[in-house]
Formats: sequence, C-alpha cells, structure tokens
Amino acid sequence: MTMPRPGAIGLRGLTLGYDRHPAVHHLDGTIPAGDLLALVGPNGAGKSTLLKGIVGEIPALDGRIERSGEAIAYLPQADEIDRTFPLSVLDLASMGLWRRLGPWRSLLGRRSEVVAALRAVGLDGFEDRPIGTLSGGQFQRALFARLILQDARVILLDEPFTGIDARTTGDLVALIRGWHAEGRTIVAALHDFGQVRAHFPSTLLLAREPVAWGPTRTVLTPANLARATRISEAWDENAAICARDHAGHAHAAAEDHAQDHAHDHAHDHAHSHHHQHDHAPHRYAEHGTVHAPPHRHGDAA
Amino acid sequence: MIDALVAPFLEFGFMRRALVGCLALSFSAPPVGVFLMLRRMSLMSEAMSHAILPGAAAGFLVAGLSLPAMTLGGLAAGLTVALLAGLVTRSTQLKEDASLAAFYLISLAAGVLLVSLRGSQIDLLHILFGTVLALDDAALLLLGGIATVTLFALAALYRPLVMECVDPLFLRTVSRAGGPVHFAFLALVVMNLVGGFQALGTLLAVGLMLLPAITARFWARDLSGLIPASMLVSTLASLTGLSLSYHADLPTGPAIVLSAGALYLASMLVGPRGGLLYRLVRPRHLEA
Repeated sequence: MTMPRPGAIGLRGLTLGYDRHPAVHHLDGTIPAGDLLALVGPNGAGKSTLLKGIVGEIPALDGRIERSGEAIAYLPQADEIDRTFPLSVLDLASMGLWRRLGPWRSLLGRRSEVVAALRAVGLDGFEDRPIGTLSGGQFQRALFARLILQDARVILLDEPFTGIDARTTGDLVALIRGWHAEGRTIVAALHDFGQVRAHFPSTLLLAREPVAWGPTRTVLTPANLARATRISEAWDENAAICARDHAGHAHAAAEDHAQDHAHDHAHDHAHSHHHQHDHAPHRYAEHGTVHAPPHRHGDAA
Repeated sequence: MIDALVAPFLEFGFMRRALVGCLALSFSAPPVGVFLMLRRMSLMSEAMSHAILPGAAAGFLVAGLSLPAMTLGGLAAGLTVALLAGLVTRSTQLKEDASLAAFYLISLAAGVLLVSLRGSQIDLLHILFGTVLALDDAALLLLGGIATVTLFALAALYRPLVMECVDPLFLRTVSRAGGPVHFAFLALVVMNLVGGFQALGTLLAVGLMLLPAITARFWARDLSGLIPASMLVSTLASLTGLSLSYHADLPTGPAIVLSAGALYLASMLVGPRGGLLYRLVRPRHLEA
C-alpha cells in the first residue's frame, strides 16, 4: 500500500455502509494535502458516513482508505457530548490538548493557550461557565476552540453550521479559511451551496455514489445536482450482492487520475450553466434537462 | 450530645474498628459513586452488587465465613460480569444496561442457588447484611487497601475518565484509552462493592456508594466540589449510623444507609444547588 503525503487522504474503491447495505458506494480519488473540500449531497447521500469512515468510526465494507497516520480532528454532526456533565468551557476546550498532554501532564501552564483559543472563537470570558449553560451556537464555538487546540493536519467537519446563526457561521468560516491558509486539509459536509461556492475551492457531490468531484463551480451544476437527487435514497432489504469489481483490480491504474479526470469532464459543462446556478443555488434540480452522465469512476470497471 | 457521640467509640474496640472501616469506605466508594451518577449508571451498581453474590457464596461454601475466600470470590464474580457485559456492549448492538441486566440476573440466580445448596437462611442474611461490628484486622486491611487503590486509580484515570463520561466519541478519535479506562472504572466499582459488602452487606453496599454522591449534587457544582462533598456526607452518615445503632440497638448496616438517606432528604430540601426550598423563593433576576 502506498503512503500518501502527510495530510492527503486516498480513497480506493471505498464502500462504506451499515449491515452490508452501502451508504457510500465505490468511491475513488484522493483528497490532496491542503485541500478545502466541501462534501455536498442530499440527506442520506453518505456524507456523514464518509467522514465517519475516514476517522475510523466505522469499518469499510470494501476498498480502503489511505492516510499517512497523522492525527485527525473530527467534529461530528451528532455528537455524544453529555451537556449536563458539570464541566467548564475551559475544560471542554482543553480536551483538544490531549495529544500533547496525554492523561497526566499538567494543564496549568497551558491556560493562556486555551484562553487564546476561546478568544479566537469569540468566547472571551466564558472560561468558567458550565457547558450546560451555553446556547447551541456558543457550544459550537467552544467545539471549534477544541479543534483549534487539537492542531491537527486533517480536519473533518460534519455539518458544522446547522442551526448556527449568520454571525457565528461567518466567524467560524473565517477560522476555517485561516486553517486552509496554514495548509491543513479540511473536509466539510455542507448544505448551503452559496457558502460552498463562496469559500470552498473544491467539492465532492455525493449521492451514495460519487456524482462529481472537482473545482466547486464545475461540480455544482444543475445537471449534477439533478442527478444527485434522482439517485434513490431507498434502502432495498433484498438488494443483490454488488457485482462490481472489488477495489484494487481494474481501478488500480486509473485511480490517481480520478480528480483530474473529474476536472476535465466538469469543464465541459461549467460555462453554459454558470448563470443558472448563481441564481438558484439552493435547489438540487434546476430544470429537467438531462446531460450526459458525468464521470463516475466506478463505471470504468 | 458530643459525649453520646464519642463515648461508644472510646469505650469499645469493636466500635472503633467499625468506624475505621466505614471511614475507609467513605473515602473510596463515594467518588466512584459520583462518576456512576454522572454517567447515569447509578442503578448499574445495584446490579453489580447482585452480580457479586455467587462469588461470595462460592467462597462461603468452600471455606465457610472466611474473609479472603468470600472477597476473592466476590471480586472474581463481579469482574467477570463487568467484563462480559462490557465485551458484549462493545461488540454487539446491545446497550450496556441491557447486557449488564442479562449477566447480573444469571449471576444472581447462580448465587441464590449456591447459597441454598448448603447454607441456612441465617447464612444468607449474614452475607446480605454484613458484619460491620465484627471487623477483624484482615477486613480492616482489605478496606484500607481498597480505599488506597481506588484513590490512586481515580487520580491516574481522572482525565480520560472525565473525557469518556463527557464525550466518548471525542476520546475514541484521539486515543484508544476509552475501553481500558471504562473497564478499569468498572473494576473500581466491583472492588468497592466487595469492600462494602464486608461492612454493610451486598444489598446495602450500594448505599454508601450512591447516596452520598447523589446528596453531593445538591451542594456542589463541579467535580472538584462533588467528590469532597460526597466523602463528607458519607463520613457523617457513618458516624451517625454507628452511634444510632449503638444507642438505639439497631442493625448497623441499615442504620448507616438510613443516615445517608436522611442526609439526602435534608439536602434535597435545603441544598443550595437546586434544593426544593430554593425553588420556592424566586430571587430577583440579574441585569445580564
């Protein structure tokens, strides 16, 4: 197995799912180091599943994920945080220091660092507040402070702005852009296309199968979005065993080009639809026109 | 008043021994109870106390009323149940409470079966209600040892244990410590229950673990206050319970637990953190 560059994530014929039913089906490609990638798709498209797979929460049904083994910071959509636990905001954020301090080293000398992280997310003066007293947005800010302290090279964010007001979202997006400027790899599952277009250079459009992957403006086309909505969310109890090639056979030669390929393809469509998606950014299907299917690596086999 | 409180301990060696044993337990079981309560596993300790029974009974069958045999048996049975329940939880879809319920019921039934094989009703009562007024040197050493190990282990596990309680998913993504920490914590629960069953009996061992912890919730806001407060409550309950049982000629174990219960009820009324009386008055709200 080849080790990708630090910060890069290789997805090789990756199938992730639950109880043998795929939620992410035959995904191939590489998230390059330093990428700021938006993960887009309808509900049930497999965005959270893909992030869980990368972070190691669920095992792959098929294929593999190649990483160089560095730390990943992960902000889940449905966290398992017990907000009634009597813990201060300072302590919650300090958890981000685990990799550097482990179970025993003292936090005493780190207080200024933690306070600075809280200040960076606008939680000045909240240090001693119990976490149970924070509002949803304040809590999300505290979790971002913890991400800052984790200081990870790869950062995965699962719908980080759901239920968050515009001002907080703006602050946190600025933080994410700062991380991008520092060369960190960031993958964020998002629903707001306006936001994706404004801030995320590249996008992976998922609908269980990868629909398109490349520069954002070439991926978020009405044609691609219409295709994404059409792909069924249904869970077929009696689905047959997938007959498609296993990872690592036919894909092996082409897989490293997955992304370039997507770019090439997407350019064909990009310009003609630019106008439309600027004006209707929040709908998957702009109109019924069916374009030639975009590149799908799985079909190559 | 003070005289009545102190006199029995000055006068009788067995009362002093009982006090020392209960104090040792008061410093180890309540902090464990605080974590159980915060993890919403309060009732889990009740289940574990039942799970200990077959081991203690087996020890009793083999060696009679022998402390080491019953302790080792109890530890073995408790740890086995905790480990099996933990393994089932982590490898199947069953939640921890369900898998623990399954194993503790099996264990309890086996324990009752073992006790009825030989012992009479009196033996069973002895196992269930403890021997706090007959603590010998070995029992005191055991209680002291358990308290020492518990406090050191809690200090060593404190940070990952708190993280495992607050945000287990986060701990999983940064470390593999979650599983071992959880099992180590369960082992501490079992150890303290075994210690408690020496002093108070299996049925009431849970009392000194949980009642002080729950009571402390009405007095302290965070862990740095909860743990000392729970120790204090437990110490007070032990003192009062022992005195009461001496003066009023009551069984010791229930007297101690009822004292802790009385402290709980009083705290529920007047405790500054969410006590009922504080809900009746509506203080003027603040500017911001």
